[in-house]
Amino acid sequence: MTNDNTPLLEIRGVRATAGGKEILKGLDLKVGPGEVHAIMGPNGAGKSTLARALTGHQDAEVTGGEVLFRGKPLLDLEPEERAREGLFLAFQYPVESPGVNNSTLLREGLNAIREHRGEDELDAIDFLQIAKAKADLLEMDHAMLGRAVNHGFSGGEKKRNEVLQMLVLEPVVAVLDETDSGLDIDALKVVAKGVNALRGAGRSFVVITHYQRLLDYIVPDFVHVLADGRIVKSGPKELALELEEKGYGWIEEELSEASAS
Amino acid sequence: MSSPADTEPRKLDLIDKAALNPELDDLTRKDYEWGFVTDIEQESLPPGLDEGTVRFISAKKNEPEWLLEWRLKAFRHWQTMTEPTWALVDYPPIDYQAISYYAAPKSDADKPQSLDEVDPELLETYEKLGIPLAERAALAGVAVDAVFDSVSVATTFKDKLGELGIIFCSFSEAVQEHPELVRKYLGSVVPQKDNYFSALNCAVFSDGSFVYIPKGVRCPMELSTYFRINAANTGQFERTLIVADEGSHVSYLEGCTAPMRDENQLHAAVVELVALDDAQIKYSTVQNWYPGDKNGVGGIYNFVTKRGACRGARSKISWTQVETGSAITWKYPSCILQGDDSVGEFYSVALTNNHQQADTGTKMIHIGKNTTSTIISKGISAGKAQNTYRGEVTMLAGAENARNYSQCDSLLMGDECGAHTFPYIEVKNPTAHLEHEASTSKIGEDQIFYLNQRGLGTEDAVNLIVNGFCKDVFRELPMEFAVEAQKLLSVSLEGAVG
Ligand SMILES: Nc1ncnc2c1ncn2[C@@H]1O[C@H](COP(=O)(O)OP(=O)(O)OP(=O)(O)O)[C@@H](O)[C@H]1O
Ligand SMILES: [Mg+2]
Repeated sequence: MTNDNTPLLEIRGVRATAGGKEILKGLDLKVGPGEVHAIMGPNGAGKSTLARALTGHQDAEVTGGEVLFRGKPLLDLEPEERAREGLFLAFQYPVESPGVNNSTLLREGLNAIREHRGEDELDAIDFLQIAKAKADLLEMDHAMLGRAVNHGFSGGEKKRNEVLQMLVLEPVVAVLDETDSGLDIDALKVVAKGVNALRGAGRSFVVITHYQRLLDYIVPDFVHVLADGRIVKSGPKELALELEEKGYGWIEEELSEASAS
Repeated sequence: MSSPADTEPRKLDLIDKAALNPELDDLTRKDYEWGFVTDIEQESLPPGLDEGTVRFISAKKNEPEWLLEWRLKAFRHWQTMTEPTWALVDYPPIDYQAISYYAAPKSDADKPQSLDEVDPELLETYEKLGIPLAERAALAGVAVDAVFDSVSVATTFKDKLGELGIIFCSFSEAVQEHPELVRKYLGSVVPQKDNYFSALNCAVFSDGSFVYIPKGVRCPMELSTYFRINAANTGQFERTLIVADEGSHVSYLEGCTAPMRDENQLHAAVVELVALDDAQIKYSTVQNWYPGDKNGVGGIYNFVTKRGACRGARSKISWTQVETGSAITWKYPSCILQGDDSVGEFYSVALTNNHQQADTGTKMIHIGKNTTSTIISKGISAGKAQNTYRGEVTMLAGAENARNYSQCDSLLMGDECGAHTFPYIEVKNPTAHLEHEASTSKIGEDQIFYLNQRGLGTEDAVNLIVNGFCKDVFRELPMEFAVEAQKLLSVSLEGAVG
């Protein structure tokens, strides 16, 4: 059913409501293997709602359309099943879990994913080796592994921890929701290094961001503008520069001209 | 520390196995329902409580005169008392005349003959808890001797303890064999008139455990009710007395994680601990009595009085409890810190689900100099349950430099449950130092979703959160108990979320 060209993620006409209001109004996006797609767009446009709809968060209720993940319908799956299939979300606002050990969570998550793939469970020692190696890549103190999930982490530490989780879980499609916001420039480079380390033929990224700066380090194949619940413009990486320079107003003008004519 | 007991598969409270199959027991009980005759020859008493009942029990146990008098004194006082109402629990009035206060142990012929005769739901729970097959039979009250050779195991341990001069036997046996010790310490920590339920226990207690650790002896194994199989039918009004003589150490385990069914709705146990100079007692409980069904029907009322006296200098008493069972729990394991430099500890996890109610906590009474106490309480509520922490720290005038640290955390699951905290503090010495921390948190949907997104199913996510919440207490449990306690929490919370 799948071949090398099957998109890893295909979003077809997805509509979704949040808090009773329609936010996504028929959104299409196709992400091929190995591709990096950047999504930009004004505040409140629905970028995080898209991430929630994809991962199955109850606050984003999908009312229409479909999503194929490696050619298979995604939306009927429970959130944890989507994760085990290889869909990962780096949260815009990572959630704190006092009492839950960071590395315990990661090990349980990784083992659930491995079990789903028919692979052997990793024991605590093997796991820790992997986790420490990934932490080193991100220049993270190993002590972070032993702390409670995001509890008392600084904003930047939380973002870095999201990337650590991504590196350990090795997803097929990773959605990064504003992972760059709150990071200082050195941290940004480190995080980009982590993402780039994972880039490869079998893996794709959807990178939500407000800043062109990130895209200097994680160079996208495509840039999309999400406005008013749809992808309203797509282009090569240069589009991001243009957006940074000119904002979103001109796109809206372009759109209204197009609809007027 | 590794002890021979660690290699044993599991601690079972075999004394209660007879009570595990209520349906069957109901049938056997019917025979005794009619006619009230206080006949010493009979095996059970019909419902009812008067002086005759107390005399009957005492006579049945062949007790010395002083103990009968002791019981009667308690009974007379109990009659003048009224049931306490200050706890945050709600239940219909108990008819003390409707309870039967003495029933003989069941014979093997009365028990289920195989697992096929046991309630499948109960067996399913054993399965989830990972209890080995052979032990499921024992727990479910199947006539076990053929399955499980517990008598010889117990005898072996008893011999070994005997060599060290440790006494570990049923309370009744202690009354016969070691009356001087029993007489010296019985009621010395929990006075007969202490409270309504303890007074009732003093009057009609059935049986329980007695432990004496001689001077300087470190008990080489965890003492568990598992090894004391000779006392059947002590569930309802259990009486435990543990005395640790100078410089001795003992760790005692009570209960087990397997669900305990009992046809007796009211339980009023008394536990007394005495630690002399430099002695240490660690008392761990896992309580999983029948909590009633999802609608709050049935379930045990557990009104327990547990208290330890750190009588000697530098003595230490540590209570650790994991309470997941019973419809109502009313329980405050406490320490009287009398000896200078003595230490009291209370570590508690109390979980209530569905319609369960728990009002539990501790009292730390600082009398001696440089006494310290630690209170760590973790309350978890789910469903429509109510969970109350009630604690009292008292520092009397002579308690120079006494210190207390208290931490009371509540975790809520869902919107219909409640958590309440009542810390009382009374300080009569200006050098006292107290620290109190409290928190209430809710397992949020976002928290669970976050863990789901990392690949964990909702139940695993909840378990991870709950176990994390309880880890400061689990750390205090003997290793094997800790693992079981974790499993127990997850089984108790099944279906609470999602
Ligand atoms: N649970 C909710 N209840 C009500 N409104 C919601 C809810 N979730 C999202 N919204 C609304 O939906 C809209 C889209 O929100 P979303 O978080 O997707 O925006 P975004 O594009 O990610 O914005 P930002 O760039 O600021 O992160 C916003 O107007 C937001 O207020
Ligand atoms: Mg957003």
